[in-house]
Amino acid sequence: MKDVMIRPERCLGCQSCEIACAVAHSKSKNLFSALEENPASKRRISVEYLPGPEISIPITCHHCEDAPCVSVCPTKALSQDSITSIITHNPERCVDCWTCSTVCSRFVSLYQLILVMGCWTSSMNHNRGVINRQAEAGIKCDLCEGRYLPACVEACPTHALIFTEVNDI
Amino acid sequence: MKQEIHEKSIDTASQAMLWKAREEGMETVWDRYEKQLPQCGFGQLGVCCRNCNMGPCRIDPFGEGADKGVCGATADIIVARNLLRMIAAGAAAHSDHARDAVLTFKKMSEGKAGSYKIKDETKLLSIALEYGIPAEGKRCEEVAAELAHALLLEFGKQDGNLLCAKRAPGPRLKLWTELGIEPRGIDREIVECMHRTHMGVDNNATHILLQGLRTGLSDGWGGSMIATDVQDILFGTPQPRRSTVNLGVLSREKINVIVHGHEPILSEMIVEAAEDPELLKLAQEKGAIGINVAGICCTGNETLMRHGTPIVGTFLQQELAVITGAVEAMVVDVQCIMPSLGELTGCYHTKFISTSPKADFPNTLRMEFHEDRAYEIAKEIVRAAIENFPNRIPEKVNIPEEKRECMVGFSVEAILSALGGSPDPLIEAIKSGAVWGIGAVVGCNNIKVMHNYGHVTLVKELIKNNVLVVTTGCNAIACAEAGLLLPEAAELAGDGLKTVCKALGIPPVLHMGSCVDISRILLISSALANRLGVDISDLPAAAAAPEWMSEKAVSIGAYVVSSGVFTVLGTVPPVLGSQAVTALLTKDLNSVVGASFAVEPDPFKAADLMLEHIDEKRKALGLESRR
Repeated sequence: MKDVMIRPERCLGCQSCEIACAVAHSKSKNLFSALEENPASKRRISVEYLPGPEISIPITCHHCEDAPCVSVCPTKALSQDSITSIITHNPERCVDCWTCSTVCSRFVSLYQLILVMGCWTSSMNHNRGVINRQAEAGIKCDLCEGRYLPACVEACPTHALIFTEVNDI
Repeated sequence: MKQEIHEKSIDTASQAMLWKAREEGMETVWDRYEKQLPQCGFGQLGVCCRNCNMGPCRIDPFGEGADKGVCGATADIIVARNLLRMIAAGAAAHSDHARDAVLTFKKMSEGKAGSYKIKDETKLLSIALEYGIPAEGKRCEEVAAELAHALLLEFGKQDGNLLCAKRAPGPRLKLWTELGIEPRGIDREIVECMHRTHMGVDNNATHILLQGLRTGLSDGWGGSMIATDVQDILFGTPQPRRSTVNLGVLSREKINVIVHGHEPILSEMIVEAAEDPELLKLAQEKGAIGINVAGICCTGNETLMRHGTPIVGTFLQQELAVITGAVEAMVVDVQCIMPSLGELTGCYHTKFISTSPKADFPNTLRMEFHEDRAYEIAKEIVRAAIENFPNRIPEKVNIPEEKRECMVGFSVEAILSALGGSPDPLIEAIKSGAVWGIGAVVGCNNIKVMHNYGHVTLVKELIKNNVLVVTTGCNAIACAEAGLLLPEAAELAGDGLKTVCKALGIPPVLHMGSCVDISRILLISSALANRLGVDISDLPAAAAAPEWMSEKAVSIGAYVVSSGVFTVLGTVPPVLGSQAVTALLTKDLNSVVGASFAVEPDPFKAADLMLEHIDEKRKALGLESRR
């Protein structure tokens, strides 16, 4: 299976992925026309600043069916709606163990970076509420169905986002 | 998005060189553009600000993230400030070019630039008169010295308004005064733009844009107009003449010297040096049968207009010219010169010679130009080209066959003389409907548009509908390559325009010069408006820049619209991130200066917009109209 992978060490925080995502999920698929659409197109990716390691990373959740992050979470901080497969994260139950990140193709690289940097002050709270915001809005990363490459990957000028076979990692 | 070669340019000579580039593994502007895609959305919308070090800041155009920069600037403020800086840069480029022309003129009048002389005394005297300089009993050089002094004052003027701007029709000038946008000192307007856009100064989008209009006016009716005037005095006012264009003008047997950039001050000398018997002899010794000086961009247009020197191509053909493998020297001054030429010329025998004290590029042979030794330096440059001829690599030479004849040199003076000395015949033709209106089509190439497609398609649509087209810059070269600058092209025009062109022996598309020579278009518009007793905004006229890319084009847009001419842009300016600024530019300006912008990438639809506008204006003047 192919998925979007995040390479946090390459992210410069430009937010190009956010704009590309919003345009790809607009009716017109055109930057200039998308601005006039109502309701405004919603992006599925969010560049967030992580105070611990002092980096910006794009965060996006695919809300996978049979989400591995949910099944490995020891405190049930992550849960999944059985019908919509939408995942929610309860920060109050989260103990920053990072177990979820080791099984998430999108977060594993961040986890590895954090390991290298030895920055344990930060945690899975690193999703910065993105997962829950998506859950509330009823949207999720759909890997840009119908496109050759997800728009965020195409837009990233530093290749901090790549689209690749998960098993290759 | 991978473009095929036939999708990159409408010109077959350019396509041939793109194939050659591919075979030889050469990188061109098209390859670099592909690597930039997709381009940054914030940049395209104009909503990023780097004006202070609390930033960089950007506004989320979809309303989820930040709606203000750190200082509190909204998208409206950021977009307006960025646009003002673009205008300032464009006006600076044109006006600094003008300053150098005036400084050369001054040195000439003082006898310190012996290579130059006064070529058009009539123009000198008429402009001196405008500036209130009495000429009786004085030598030409004395008048020139006084005029140079007066012109230089226009740049640093601290009080009062620009004298050149008084050439605008009365109602227009009055409107500018009422709006508070009558231009003051040229440098002052540019400096004020930089001040206003500094952190925490001007933070009202409308207020910022009014300064943009004023700065544009200081370019069009100031810097650019002064450049045109002085260059005409020094090098001669253009008169109709014939020449050839496109990559095929490069010669297999001659030394090819390309002059590329924007100023005629050096290239005039190079054209002269290429006829120097001593250098011609040297060329023969090196195995060449002569010296072929040819131009690219507006340096090319300047020598084309005054000497009929052939033109190699437009902005997007500068790399393709080198790729022919037949260019001994690419001599550049300022503006629109791609830094990529450094690496590219290194792959051929071409010497990349940079000459302006202001502009150097990677891997150049530096031969800095100074007016006091103008002719000597020009000779040294030509000599360097000649000595490079034996280094030409025959296997790498492939010059496309394509070249077209063209008729150029339509200064205001030349147009009036073609009309028999007064604008009346043209006005009569407009009134009768034979000439439906005037279309000013100008501007650059932009890699975002298929090379020359926007230019040529739009111009053909206009002339088909009996709109007489006036052109400058790369649009003029594009039209020339498409054969539109020939009296024979009248066959492509509507019946009315065809008859007029045939009667006068002129092409349906009139080449008026380089991009600073858009000042000539302002003057012919004024002449028509004055004769009709109306403002420029009442004329059945419209403008377009189908493939614009440079900041100079933004400044030009600002002054053309402020002068009252509806203008259609073929590429989207970085302003759509602000609804307020977009509305102001495309609608609200109409009620302020009687003209506005439109953005339309499709050249057929752009032509429709212009025709619609011309129709409205015809109707308002009580002339026959279609709708």
